[in-house]
Amino acid sequence: MKQISVFLENRPGSLYEVLYKLKEEGINLRALSLADTAEFGVLRFIAENPEEIVEKLKKENFAATLTEVLAVGIEDRPGGLAEVVGILTHQNISIEYLYAFVSPQGERAYVVLRVEKLAEAEKILRENHIPILDKLTI
Amino acid sequence: MRTTPLWDEYYELLPREELEKIQLSRLKKVLIRAYHNLPYYRNKLEERKINPYDINSLSCLSHLPFTTKEDLRQAYPFGAIAEPLRNVVRVHSSSGTTGTATVVGYTKKDIESWSELAARALSSYGVDEEDIIQVSFGYGLFTGGLGIHYGAENLGATVVPASAGNTLRQIQIMKDLQITVLACTPSYALYLAEVARENNINWKESSLRIGVFGAEPWSEEMREDIEKRLPIRAFDIYGLSEVIGPGVAFECETKEGLHISEDHFLPEIIDPQTGRTLPPGEEGELVFTTLTKEGTPVIRYRTGDISSLNYETCACGRTLVRMKRVFSRTDDMLIIRGVNVYPSQIESVILSFEGVEPYYQIVLTRENFLDQIEVQVEVAPQFFSDQIKVLEGLKKQIEEKLKTELNLSCEVKLLEPKSITRSEGKSKRIIDLRKKEEIS
Repeated sequence: MKQISVFLENRPGSLYEVLYKLKEEGINLRALSLADTAEFGVLRFIAENPEEIVEKLKKENFAATLTEVLAVGIEDRPGGLAEVVGILTHQNISIEYLYAFVSPQGERAYVVLRVEKLAEAEKILRENHIPILDKLTI
Repeated sequence: MRTTPLWDEYYELLPREELEKIQLSRLKKVLIRAYHNLPYYRNKLEERKINPYDINSLSCLSHLPFTTKEDLRQAYPFGAIAEPLRNVVRVHSSSGTTGTATVVGYTKKDIESWSELAARALSSYGVDEEDIIQVSFGYGLFTGGLGIHYGAENLGATVVPASAGNTLRQIQIMKDLQITVLACTPSYALYLAEVARENNINWKESSLRIGVFGAEPWSEEMREDIEKRLPIRAFDIYGLSEVIGPGVAFECETKEGLHISEDHFLPEIIDPQTGRTLPPGEEGELVFTTLTKEGTPVIRYRTGDISSLNYETCACGRTLVRMKRVFSRTDDMLIIRGVNVYPSQIESVILSFEGVEPYYQIVLTRENFLDQIEVQVEVAPQFFSDQIKVLEGLKKQIEEKLKTELNLSCEVKLLEPKSITRSEGKSKRIIDLRKKEEIS
């Protein structure tokens, strides 16, 4: 699955400018995380038609990029996330970052993972019967 | 009125007529040496069909070609040195790496003259052999530290070569060694005073009495501020490595301009646009011809500093001309914590990185009396990564390269693309917020 990342300057209004643009374009965010450092931030999100969104953002002078990430479904219970991370850890696969959210209807939670060895991670998760999503339609 | 001794009574009180005779004879010699030993200057003379042997009065000076910083840069590394290297005992260099740096060579005699000049300055401030002087100018390629060091030793004072940095230790030394004279940049003196205040240092117990400040422009208000915060009388010292280093000119007790040691340096004021020599009193670009330098003589070197000359005999009795304190420049050179920086140096670093756009902005502020430099650059959209560590790595790499290039720590700030205003021609790349904060 493709994630969109946008560079944010560390100043009031920089997040709003991106969100306003997305609103104008009628883009619905499926999942989102905001990473920050003392100097700047990075907004990461999942939405439909990511290629198109990135082109639109670039036209508006945002630094935006696409990244291949894994979205996996896990059971919404204690230890659900630990199980997935455990599988990757045993295979020595490093996780760059992840963000998670629960589905309002079901008993599932979803995790978006950015890992170093994506193909390998995907394979090992499938082998362990962890559902990999190719679309976030909740 | 003069209460401090003259270091070199003969030259400091020399009537102008006699001084000019000495200057002329020295000028003739230096021109002939330049003609024979400095190819870059010989070319200039030949282009203008000037025979150096024809120079027979000081007024001929205004017909001679200028030397610019660019000439010295192009002569890198040794093209501006007029002596065989075996006669050169030391080199100093202005900041910048290959291509932007200038190298200046000193013979034994040059080091001796320089020590004399720095001693002249220190003596006029009232420094003598009883004093213990802490030299907190940087030691190294920069001329500040070693220039004052040799002058103070020549004078017979006790030198503590503290160099720059590590402020708490500087204060400790000052207390423990009963320092009487502090030599550093004026902004560092203020910073030091501030750190001392935070650490509850009581200056009443200190022996400090004189401050020797230079390497950056500072106002009368700043002088008052320093004298209020530290128990010292603060004096200005002027110099530049291309001419010799600190000691080209110095204040006396009257503090009405800086006396130029005219037996070694011939000053002029020119219109920076036309190059025309301006009459005494008029403001313009300060130009120096070295009269005694062997290693790197310069003829009509354009300093880029704005000043004016006052030939009236000073209340202190010295006949040496006084230059007005320098507050501005003709070019875009910045002086940050005493270090000379050209925006073009910063630009070349930025252009060497693919991850950022070739647009930048330099923001200068003064925090706690110390200059801070922030270099703002735009993240290139094609380089932008979702990984924080990649962006932080880029920022760090640029900071490290700037540090190597400028010899100065800069803060790099990553901005969104197109956030720096594009404009045709000269864009406003430097935002200097220091002056407003000087008196706080």
